[in-house]
Amino acid sequence: MAAHNPDVAHRRPMNDQTEATIVAEQLSKTYQMGDMKVEALRGVSFSITHGEMVAIMGPSGSGKSTAMNLLGCLDTPTNGTYKLDGQNVAGLNEDALAAIRLRKIGFVFQAFNLLPRMSALEQVELPLMYAGAPNRRGRALEALESVGLADRVDHSPVELSGGQQQRVAIARALVSEPSLLLADEPTGNLDTRSASEIMDVIDTLNTQRGITTILVTHENEVASRARRIIRFRDGRIEKDEPVQ
Amino acid sequence: MTPTDGLRMALRALIANKLRTALTLLGMVIGVAAVITLMSVGAGVQASIQDEIRSVGTNLLFINPGANRNQFSGLRDRRSSVQTLTAQDAEAIQAADIPGITLVYPQRSINGALLSPDGAVQAQITGATEAYADTRGVNLAEGIFFTRDDVDRNARVIVLGPTLAEDLFPEQRAIGATVRLNNQHFTVIGVIESDGGESFMSRDNAAFIPLSALTTRIRPSKTSTGEDVVSQIVVQLTDEDEATIAAVKQGIETLLLSRHDSDEQDFSIGSQADAIETISEVMGVLTVFLGAVAGISLLVGGIGIMNIMLVSVTERTREIGIRKAIGAKRRDIMSQFMIEAVAVSLGGGVVGALTGTGLSWSLNKLGEAQKAASAASGAGGGPGGPGGPPPGVTSLTTAITAEPIILALTVSIVIGLVFGIYPAARASRLSPIEALRYE
Repeated sequence: MAAHNPDVAHRRPMNDQTEATIVAEQLSKTYQMGDMKVEALRGVSFSITHGEMVAIMGPSGSGKSTAMNLLGCLDTPTNGTYKLDGQNVAGLNEDALAAIRLRKIGFVFQAFNLLPRMSALEQVELPLMYAGAPNRRGRALEALESVGLADRVDHSPVELSGGQQQRVAIARALVSEPSLLLADEPTGNLDTRSASEIMDVIDTLNTQRGITTILVTHENEVASRARRIIRFRDGRIEKDEPVQ
Repeated sequence: MTPTDGLRMALRALIANKLRTALTLLGMVIGVAAVITLMSVGAGVQASIQDEIRSVGTNLLFINPGANRNQFSGLRDRRSSVQTLTAQDAEAIQAADIPGITLVYPQRSINGALLSPDGAVQAQITGATEAYADTRGVNLAEGIFFTRDDVDRNARVIVLGPTLAEDLFPEQRAIGATVRLNNQHFTVIGVIESDGGESFMSRDNAAFIPLSALTTRIRPSKTSTGEDVVSQIVVQLTDEDEATIAAVKQGIETLLLSRHDSDEQDFSIGSQADAIETISEVMGVLTVFLGAVAGISLLVGGIGIMNIMLVSVTERTREIGIRKAIGAKRRDIMSQFMIEAVAVSLGGGVVGALTGTGLSWSLNKLGEAQKAASAASGAGGGPGGPGGPPPGVTSLTTAITAEPIILALTVSIVIGLVFGIYPAARASRLSPIEALRYE
């Protein structure tokens, strides 16, 4: 299996600063909840270089989910700028954001978020379908193969284990060759063994393909797979440090 | 996303909820089938009425008393109230030698009780001249129609329709028997062949006597100048082309205007073409009305689609969120749900069109079978034979035309678009974050 490839040990050097994938400056997000204003993010700045693997941690209410929504282009900041691959995302409309998600971002969710009644192959073809890309089938098969699911392509989610479902989700996330992989508690719904396998897959993708990876998690074990941990608290960055 | 992708996604979603899809489809099927069936019934009735009018012969002109045609409906004022046409007018037309005219006859109808030893029947009795038989093509089962001589002598002779003859004389031959009308004895000299009795112009219940006998013996009705009032004069033409009709109309108008010594035209001349046109107009309106009534069920079907699409959007909120996170644009989500709505409405439209066409076809077959049965019983039915449909029940003829089918399919696509757009727009506007959080 790809996940057990000995190359995993070969980490991409940290000081490869050729290009910053993410540059966030003074990002803030305020929600209006009835009469109350909730400041979910209060001016957060950080940058993540190409190929880096970063964990975002923090207790609930710390702003890490808001940060993840902004980084994933699912939402726009109230103030501040967010540059993804050099493009400022802050002022874009919904369809422009969708286009960026389609080309540049792959999501992996805690609840897998596969579509019901669709085979693994069709799930993975979906982003290519929206992109109008050629050779959908071939590319989807390749992606499934790279996560070790070549023999399960015709199975629907109910016929797959949690770990397998998450692999399908990862294949779906990487099939359009994004520059950013956003994994939100990717192992939250998995047992220890599957969790470690999934982390191996993500690790491999990061090291072999150089996909910039952000892990949002509250598990130290998962975070320890990253090279750097950004800790959020009360809408601010509490700590931003490399993993020892 | 290609249209094929959209269609495949829509079909997959529809198949996932088979029962729900089938029920929503049913709403459209009923609507479309109703529109097609009712419109084909309307068109069928129209066609059969037109056929009947044509079967009388399109080379006839009808002169009616009273000039005023109602502008809106094209219908005349009540004829009985206007008494401007006379039997003498008819004689004058015949005598005037207007080129293009072959035969002329006047007629006047009254309602009266015909009595025989075995029965009493209220019937419409038409007084006419012998020219009626040739002009209108009367086939006799027995006996003869009255002659010029009978008309000249004001003879008390009567020709009966077959049903009337059967009702008055169930036990004996009608020919030679006597019926009483207004205490006058009339001898039955002829019985008309049955025409099936289904047409609104059927003569199965008719009775004919010489016009002279009607005006002298039964119910005299004179104008101030002492001429005999008639309700209609019918003119048979040599040709049925427009030029002949126009020339003859012109000739008759000039003649009657001078005879009536009137500045205003106090009569109207109509051709069969006019009658067909009028009936087409009326029936056309009726057919559209029927279609519109059926169209209401189509509207209800459309509301059903909207309802189910709204439910579907709510149910699939999370799916929408996932698709959006992956990179689906608003218009991708929009078209996905629009295609679903149109697939249901068009699917229902197609099934409905097939059902409606099948239904119209069966109605037509049923009508033909009924006609055949009644013709058989009319030919071979002896006295007291109960066979055949009850008189007065007309079999339904339907005409399946392309228009209502095309219309229904177009309308069902439009319904899918109209009732699908709101749910689809709602789906496309969902925020991806909230949609993903939806349980």
